[in-house]
Amino acid sequence: MLAMNYRGPQRVRVDHKPMPEILHPEDAIVRVTRSCICGSDLHLYNGSVPDTRVGMTFGHEFTGVVEQLGEGVEKLKVGDHVLVSFNIACGKCVFCQQGLYGNCHESNPQATAVGGIFGYSHTAGGYDGGQAEYVRVPYADVSPTVIPEGMDPDDAVLLTDVVPTGYQAAEMGGIQPGDTVVVFGAGPVGIMAARCAWLFGAGRVIVIDCVDYRLEFARKYAPCEAYDFRSLEDPAVFIKRTTESLGADVCIDAVGAEAAGSALQTILGRKLLMQGGSATTLHWAINSVKKGGILSIVGVYGPIDALVPIGNLVNKGITIRANQSSVKRLLPRLIEHVQNGVLDPKALITHRIPLEDVSDAYRIFSAKLDECIKPVLMPSSVRS
Amino acid sequence: MKRTVKDPSRIKGWSVDADPKNDPTYPMKRRKDGEHAGYSWERPLQQPITVEILHSNERPDVAAVFGTSTPPSGLSGILRRIAFRYSESSYGHWLPLMLADRLSVVEGVLGDLEHGHFPNVFAERGWKAEWRHNRTSLVRRILVSAVLASATVAYLSSRRAD
Repeated sequence: MLAMNYRGPQRVRVDHKPMPEILHPEDAIVRVTRSCICGSDLHLYNGSVPDTRVGMTFGHEFTGVVEQLGEGVEKLKVGDHVLVSFNIACGKCVFCQQGLYGNCHESNPQATAVGGIFGYSHTAGGYDGGQAEYVRVPYADVSPTVIPEGMDPDDAVLLTDVVPTGYQAAEMGGIQPGDTVVVFGAGPVGIMAARCAWLFGAGRVIVIDCVDYRLEFARKYAPCEAYDFRSLEDPAVFIKRTTESLGADVCIDAVGAEAAGSALQTILGRKLLMQGGSATTLHWAINSVKKGGILSIVGVYGPIDALVPIGNLVNKGITIRANQSSVKRLLPRLIEHVQNGVLDPKALITHRIPLEDVSDAYRIFSAKLDECIKPVLMPSSVRS
Repeated sequence: MKRTVKDPSRIKGWSVDADPKNDPTYPMKRRKDGEHAGYSWERPLQQPITVEILHSNERPDVAAVFGTSTPPSGLSGILRRIAFRYSESSYGHWLPLMLADRLSVVEGVLGDLEHGHFPNVFAERGWKAEWRHNRTSLVRRILVSAVLASATVAYLSSRRAD
């Protein structure tokens, strides 16, 4: 089968790889119908996630048709078209039982700090991902959900990560009616977080980024105020001035390790990899949020330390809430929102690219070429 | 390790100010009974371990399921095995892994050559897309690189001549 093959920082290609096999009674083999490239895949692509091994296949946002089932799978049948949450979750451990499906303790031997994630390095379990024609899906009674009848597969594939992550970013913000919410990052997750902030009753939503076409997209899609931080003297001062000098009630970090905006952070976090990514967004968010405010983090960082103004965090009494999204917990509500037209995920998709052109797809997304917001890889089996 | 306080409810004032509603983790986390019981759940069946799986020393064993992509091998594999002697809390874990990742890039190129495949780095880097959508910048970067490379060669040649 054809599959994306990581060859080193900023080098990927498509190769023939062996078909995945059932390795556990609760496994399924899924023929992929759509697979996205996620902003967090770019951390892998740029070589900033430890234990990203050459030869691995990335991809944690995908839909597919069930081709084969292990003998222990009870809820799926061959031929089901499923969306597969990016979390690999057993559904039994103490964390899954509490709804923390992103923190499963039975899916990742290599690290205790993160649960298993498809195609996301050995630090997240060493699973090959969905940027391929076929993929092994463990815990098939838990992670996949049959796509509801009538739902557009383009909507479904974005329910595997982007929508729940954006939604959970807003949810973790504990937004109260009338609150001012600042979202750092106008990538797909940031745009979705801004859109979802309204669902929790935000009174004002502001997005900060530096890519003009994405800011323009956010203004229309979210809809919200959107500003280029390069035109602001200091984002923290700007936020204070625009919020009666007190700061935002809630700040959301939807950027993570690849943040631009500070030469020091860029050199230490992105070029020298001496910290777990560039923490510019965290720095701005801590300094922009109101005293007693809430900082919600869904941006992905590496496992080592990062420079943040911890003193301000303490002195301002900020509550930090952060996690990988718990897709399975959120899906019922989000499916409802999509079916009722409250959310329109597929509008984020700007590029449909053949799986065979995965190298170009990564370049287009990472370099933000051709006004790309969200690229979807299409295997040959679903291309007309 | 022994628990020094076996029954905290005997401590004067224990739990008098407990407030279940003061739970900033909700709804992200729904507390259950047995929260503090450790590995108390009925574990899924263990996936047979057919390839080398390194596991964090912060957990007692391998998780019930795991990925089997790219087991450790070669010099990078040796480094990875060393890294897993240290905890996730230690640079001794992460820095050797980063070094192993870089080393495995070289091993990957050698592996390609061994299989008669000469990697097309330009294609792998997606330069076709750059050419289509960002041509001016690509040409500028190529020219700058060419000028820098030529200057370096010229400088080294002149030093050798001296």
